[in-house]
Amino acid sequence: MDWHILGQQLVNGLTLGSIYGLIAIGYTMVYGIIGMINFAHGDVYMISAYLTAISLAVLSAFGVESVPFAIVVTLGLTMFITGVYGWSIERVAYRPLRGSTRLAPLISAIGISLLLQNYVQVAQGARNQGIPSLIDGVFRVGNDKDFVQMTHVQLLIVIASFGAMAGLTWLIQRTSLGRQCRATQQDRHMAEILGINTDRIISTVFVIGAAMAAIAGTLVTLNYGSFDFFVGFVTGIKAFTAAVLGGIGSLPGAMLGGILLGLFESLFSGFVNTDYKDVFSFSVLVLVLIFRPSGLLGRPEVEKV
Amino acid sequence: MDPRNLLEVRNLTMRFGGIVANNDVSFDVAQGSITALIGPNGAGKTTVFNCLTGFYRASEGTIHLAGDQGCAPLEVGGLLSKPLIGGSYLVARAGIARTFQNIRLFREMSVVENLLVAQHNHLDRNLLSGALGLRRYRQAERDGIERAFHWLRVMDLEEDANRLAGELPYGRQRRLEIARAMCTGPRLVCLDEPAAGLNPREKADLAERIQHLRNEHRVTVLLIEHDMSLVMGISEHIVVLDHGEVIAAGDPQEVKNSPAVITAYLGADDDEEGAA
Amino acid sequence: MSTHASPTFIRPLREAGVTFVLALIVFGPISGLVLDGYSIEPHLGRPLLIASIVAAGRLLFGVLEQTPFGQKLLARNARKASGGVTVARGDEYKLLYFVVPLVIAIGVTLPFVANKYWLGNLILALIYVLLGLGLNIVVGLAGLLDLGFVAFYAVGAYFLALGAQYLDIGFWTALVCAPMLAACFGAVLGFPVLRMHGDYLAIVTLGFGEIIRLVLNNWLDFTGGPNGASVPAPTIFGLEFSRIAKQGGTPFHEFFGLEYSSDYKLMFTYLVLLVVVLLMVRFLTKLRQMPMGRAWEALREDEIACRSLGINHVIVKLSAFMMGAMTGGLAGVFFATYQGFVNPTSFNFFESALILAIVVLGGLGSTLGVIIAALVLTLLPEVLREFADYRVLAFGALMVLMMIWRPRGLIRPKRPHFAPEV
Repeated sequence: MDWHILGQQLVNGLTLGSIYGLIAIGYTMVYGIIGMINFAHGDVYMISAYLTAISLAVLSAFGVESVPFAIVVTLGLTMFITGVYGWSIERVAYRPLRGSTRLAPLISAIGISLLLQNYVQVAQGARNQGIPSLIDGVFRVGNDKDFVQMTHVQLLIVIASFGAMAGLTWLIQRTSLGRQCRATQQDRHMAEILGINTDRIISTVFVIGAAMAAIAGTLVTLNYGSFDFFVGFVTGIKAFTAAVLGGIGSLPGAMLGGILLGLFESLFSGFVNTDYKDVFSFSVLVLVLIFRPSGLLGRPEVEKV
Repeated sequence: MDPRNLLEVRNLTMRFGGIVANNDVSFDVAQGSITALIGPNGAGKTTVFNCLTGFYRASEGTIHLAGDQGCAPLEVGGLLSKPLIGGSYLVARAGIARTFQNIRLFREMSVVENLLVAQHNHLDRNLLSGALGLRRYRQAERDGIERAFHWLRVMDLEEDANRLAGELPYGRQRRLEIARAMCTGPRLVCLDEPAAGLNPREKADLAERIQHLRNEHRVTVLLIEHDMSLVMGISEHIVVLDHGEVIAAGDPQEVKNSPAVITAYLGADDDEEGAA
Repeated sequence: MSTHASPTFIRPLREAGVTFVLALIVFGPISGLVLDGYSIEPHLGRPLLIASIVAAGRLLFGVLEQTPFGQKLLARNARKASGGVTVARGDEYKLLYFVVPLVIAIGVTLPFVANKYWLGNLILALIYVLLGLGLNIVVGLAGLLDLGFVAFYAVGAYFLALGAQYLDIGFWTALVCAPMLAACFGAVLGFPVLRMHGDYLAIVTLGFGEIIRLVLNNWLDFTGGPNGASVPAPTIFGLEFSRIAKQGGTPFHEFFGLEYSSDYKLMFTYLVLLVVVLLMVRFLTKLRQMPMGRAWEALREDEIACRSLGINHVIVKLSAFMMGAMTGGLAGVFFATYQGFVNPTSFNFFESALILAIVVLGGLGSTLGVIIAALVLTLLPEVLREFADYRVLAFGALMVLMMIWRPRGLIRPKRPHFAPEV
């Protein structure tokens, strides 16, 4: 076995996995609180990739030279606008459907997913978009021929993801808002009786999920530099796989699932086959659902009769 | 297993995570009896029901149902954990039917359709014979419709046959749910709070119908009920649960006079509470 | 709140203002600043226009809500959205004796009057009717959300194409075998997932649809990859529809002494398809009164109650899933025959979305509704070609709006009537 390939794939997998983890948070929190799969979440991530590129282009048009400043402003803007997307989607397409049939929110979510994809396609064109590479530089271990490298962007992705995750954990565990979220997740009806505005909490969860996806979108765009209106689809399925793998409803599970899936996928494409890496990730989803539907850190669901 | 019993529950314990819903519950249901399961709210009655009818797999203990026509007894938990094909539906096929505390009818289907769905396993399910309208299929359908109308007559619902189940008045929905359970041809029918939300006249009517089911249609009845006059009036055997454990069992008179039951329902004196 | 004598405009105006700002934030960057390479091309009028339309809509709705007319409208809608199911009286079938033969007669004569372009469209429309009916079994009757339905369509189409290439099978063999193969795929996919809580099925099927497409795209040696595979023309009693018979037989036109025309192949495909669709409709109508169909609908209404009645929910769901897959496979065979060629791009996610839109619009569970919706959604875009870019947008909006206003579709089926024997 080539150790440097293994090392390189582990580095790539960790980077990829952090991204999956960030997006998976949106799926897992929404599922935890209202028990629906938000199919539009992958497309919210896609929107944030476009917003990143637009923001960077606008900043450079205004003559902003400093790369760190541009990135921080872009991240802030992207998170804000994507958050508004999350809020609006919930308000328009999901809230009117509380108490409707079981399928209604799922179909509505698919509708929103199609809307977002086609809206971006019509507004921005179907062509592949990209941004120039802003951060260069690599850390490299090994000799000239066999080496393992981690680019600065990859390092940024890992650090930023863990930072975001730590911040979110603090928010959920230590603040009043977080307590309200957890209470609503446990028993929405009871939380409402105790005076929690559950509609607002659900909206907040959508905003948080969207903002996390926005961080992922910005970071991925900085790393790969290229995207189109369809990137949210496959990434969304994989992030959902990560959420299920970690145990749907569990925040640390989402991150753990994301990183594991990222590592599996990188190792598979490094040592087996690149063409079928999506097929592989999907098989992971089915296998987890068969053998451990509650995931690694999730609690088994008790059916209410 | 005692041949006089239809159901024997032994040492049933049910835990959800750290919470013990039922601890070491044992009781019998005699063939052809009306047995009641009573207890204060949160005593674990519905959990016992869900274990009996195969919706929960008990953490410990056994539930044996007497075999049909001399067959060996069946263990309910074993039906659930059968590899690949196991599931609560096998319990229903073994002869335990049930109703639900919060009525679960097929609300957007007609009353007759509700009863036909209950006979799913007795009808001709072959798609081909249905599509071609073979005689065997038509005969099975006709029998099914007849049986459905038979039970509608028994439960006095015949004029509602072609209405949507969801639009029936509450009391009639309760009766329809019992009729639907009977359509599966059960040996034991478990009624979860059948009188909840009924007015006194409807309650009296229901009591009569439950006795009729047992006397005329030879089905054993197990019911959870809060209405004491109904329970004391119709059941021969009463099992009292409190905090997930059996605190008393016996005929209505015994249970009525049991100090443990009085304590559970009316509350204990302060010093006794402290001792417990 | 019927006491509002005169509508106040202050609240609706404030809400419209908020909506305008939000819409500007949401639509502003993406529609107003178009990426052009690494630079930006401003189109600032577009977000203003969109935000104005959205805000105006909100204002109109806010005002309408306060007028008696609007309240009446909303109340009527609420009534229609929830209920609407009725039980048949048992005597309304008389009309069908006239309508059904009329529809069949029109269906049979159409290919002889339509030109080649419209004949092609009609075939496609009927294929979508078939797909819609298949998905309707899964989504509408059994209440299982299948987002990868196109996978079974692809299985059917590729079975004919690759079967002809490797095993030398023809149209008629495929017509029988492809649905079975598709059903097997459905069983393999469905069995593990259907045992679990319902919603996972949606995402697993979504993934499966994409996987099938990826495999078809990447497995160059076997499927021909993105270039696709060709499909032989159908035969009728060994007569081929080509100009010169390839296997040495007699071509269809020579046998009947007709002038050669490629229309015969289309006509033949259309007529066989029409027969299959009619049989399918007949079968589905019967199915709703058969134990299996009833069990599907019961399962949609309440799974726990079904289990308490001794119904094996996994098997019943699986049967619906397989039946749907089978219909999808059948439609695939016709699609391959019609095109004479298959490639993976015909089986992308938007295709699944279109079929779902048909089922949603037609009314989950209503055969008639699905047929009408399929004809409308496939033939209307042909008429409105200039709006082709907005097709998917319209489908997305349609799904959301239908779920909000008519979650059970435009046409509600009637429940069958039963009477005891006297």
